[in-house]
Amino acid sequence: MTLLDTLVQGVLLGGLYALFAAGLSLVFGIMRLVNLAHGDLIVMAAYLILGVTSALGLNPFAAVLIAAPVMFAAGWLLQTYVLNRVLGEDILPPLLVTFGLSVVIQNGLLQGFSADSRKLAAGAIEAQSLALGPISVGVMPLLTLISAVVVIFALNRLFYRTALGRAFRATSDDAVTAQLMGIRPQSVFAIATGIAMVVATIAALYLGVRSNFDPSIGPARLLYAFEAVIIGGLGSLWGTLAGGIVIGVAQALGAVVNPEWQILSGHVAFVAVLLLRPRGLFPRAND
Amino acid sequence: MANLSFPSPRVLPALIGLLALAALMAVPAIAPRAVTQDLFGILTLLVLAMNWNMLAGFAGLVSVGQQAFVGIGAYVMFAAVILWGLDPLVGVLLGGLAAMAFAVPMAFFAFRLNGAYFAIGTWVVADIARLLAGQWKALGGGTGTSLPKGTTKDMFGVPLAKDLLHVSSAAAADAVTYWLALALALVMLVASYRFLRSRSGLGMQAIRDNEQAARSVGVDPLRLKALVFLLTAFGTGLCGALIFIQITRVTPDAAFSVQDWTAFVIFVVVIGGIGTLPGPIVGVIVFYLLQRLLADYGTVYLIVLGALGIVVMLFARSGLWGRFSALTGIDPFPLSHRPPAPLRVTASKASLI
Repeated sequence: MTLLDTLVQGVLLGGLYALFAAGLSLVFGIMRLVNLAHGDLIVMAAYLILGVTSALGLNPFAAVLIAAPVMFAAGWLLQTYVLNRVLGEDILPPLLVTFGLSVVIQNGLLQGFSADSRKLAAGAIEAQSLALGPISVGVMPLLTLISAVVVIFALNRLFYRTALGRAFRATSDDAVTAQLMGIRPQSVFAIATGIAMVVATIAALYLGVRSNFDPSIGPARLLYAFEAVIIGGLGSLWGTLAGGIVIGVAQALGAVVNPEWQILSGHVAFVAVLLLRPRGLFPRAND
Repeated sequence: MANLSFPSPRVLPALIGLLALAALMAVPAIAPRAVTQDLFGILTLLVLAMNWNMLAGFAGLVSVGQQAFVGIGAYVMFAAVILWGLDPLVGVLLGGLAAMAFAVPMAFFAFRLNGAYFAIGTWVVADIARLLAGQWKALGGGTGTSLPKGTTKDMFGVPLAKDLLHVSSAAAADAVTYWLALALALVMLVASYRFLRSRSGLGMQAIRDNEQAARSVGVDPLRLKALVFLLTAFGTGLCGALIFIQITRVTPDAAFSVQDWTAFVIFVVVIGGIGTLPGPIVGVIVFYLLQRLLADYGTVYLIVLGALGIVVMLFARSGLWGRFSALTGIDPFPLSHRPPAPLRVTASKASLI
């Protein structure tokens, strides 16, 4: 019974990691860009939500509606004026630019908000739980997983059912030919990063409501997100969800054996999957 | 004969270099202890930067997991002193060897990953090393431990330095670690230059520029990359152990800090000029100046450092040294090989061609 409980908690935790990873997976799949600042951008979004809630007295869930467009704009600007300039054959410039961004955001947040832990207050919902048969699940973790599924479903619809998604796929497959068909890769990339930042804002909501955050926690979230993306396989959004769940379950199982082993077992699961399947579980793109 | 009165362009930089080296060696004897300690920090950062530059700038291996080697070097040095009762300097050597040993399985895993995956993979492995170090209960687990008081007093070379400089044991220990850092930096610089000028080094730069073309002329990328990965792990581990003799306290978070041992190092190399030998030296100087100028403003220097790194990547990818070298033609460590001299053609014929 405790094993079942652990597994369920792990799957629910995986929902959070899938949310961290979904934006990363989208950007990675479309433009092969590894954004090392993704974790810090999520933390930045959490501070933005915090700012909106305290300035306007809103519930964090409502504050997301204001924070998300702001983050979309931030992503669009970042891609248009910085990242588009460094995309190319050489992987070093985008890695180093986003690494620089990571340090700038982290220390900027530290200057602005100090190293104190913060939390988003969502009211009574935080402590509620549901009895599902023999086990009880928290409402917030359940909501996180449902949100992750909805986000990934929506991204998939966007990717495979809309004109914008067709542009995404075309640019991803062959940017030069896509250009001949009247698509401007630069603006497609800018929209993709904007969408990734909207997803990051949703991830930030659950990060901030479920646990404390401070300016230094971005890189660890980035690692979990990347592990999820790589385990799932490049370019597969449902794979990213599966990857998040693998990490979540591994961490939950590890924590049962020894609380200090939680993170370690997530990393070990990542290494093990990559040793067995170097291209992840559900690879779509060749890269 | 004329050559004697006009030193060739290679002699002047060599003379300047020798004078600078002599001055650096004399620092513990002539300068206050704080200067020695500051320079120790600069030199160790330089060693880390030169190692990362070899990896990313020359071998094309963009590692974000160098903190693994610093941390392992530090932890094994502590184990050598505290658990095995060895001299700290023996511990430094063991630390370097342990880092290199760890690099073997790490390479088996990370070399399966390409480009950006490699960066993340090395980072994850370094995080695994950090978490495992936190499980080493004999060295304090997650809270870490300190070197016993007076450890460095009896360290190899310290009594000699004490007599030589007529200073306290603590100052003599600073001097010894400083000279070791200086020696490490020098060996690293010379070894890098010799290696890059060698047949293997040329092959490695060929791989970086075009792997397929390099393979087609018989260069084995895997062997060369693995060699560089192991050797830089050794250098980084030695340096990490040396740094923590000075710090005297080790915790998993400090010894495996991605910011301190990898992020700074990356910016130092990028700002100075990635893929050039003098680049890390220039970068370290910029880093130090920034840290000094902005000392009163908390972490602002880190924001400036990161922003500067971004600007360099956007507008001057070869870094400060690369720009300077391209503008002036000065290059004390030329890595290019001159092609065989073409047949002499007179000016009038050349204009026909």
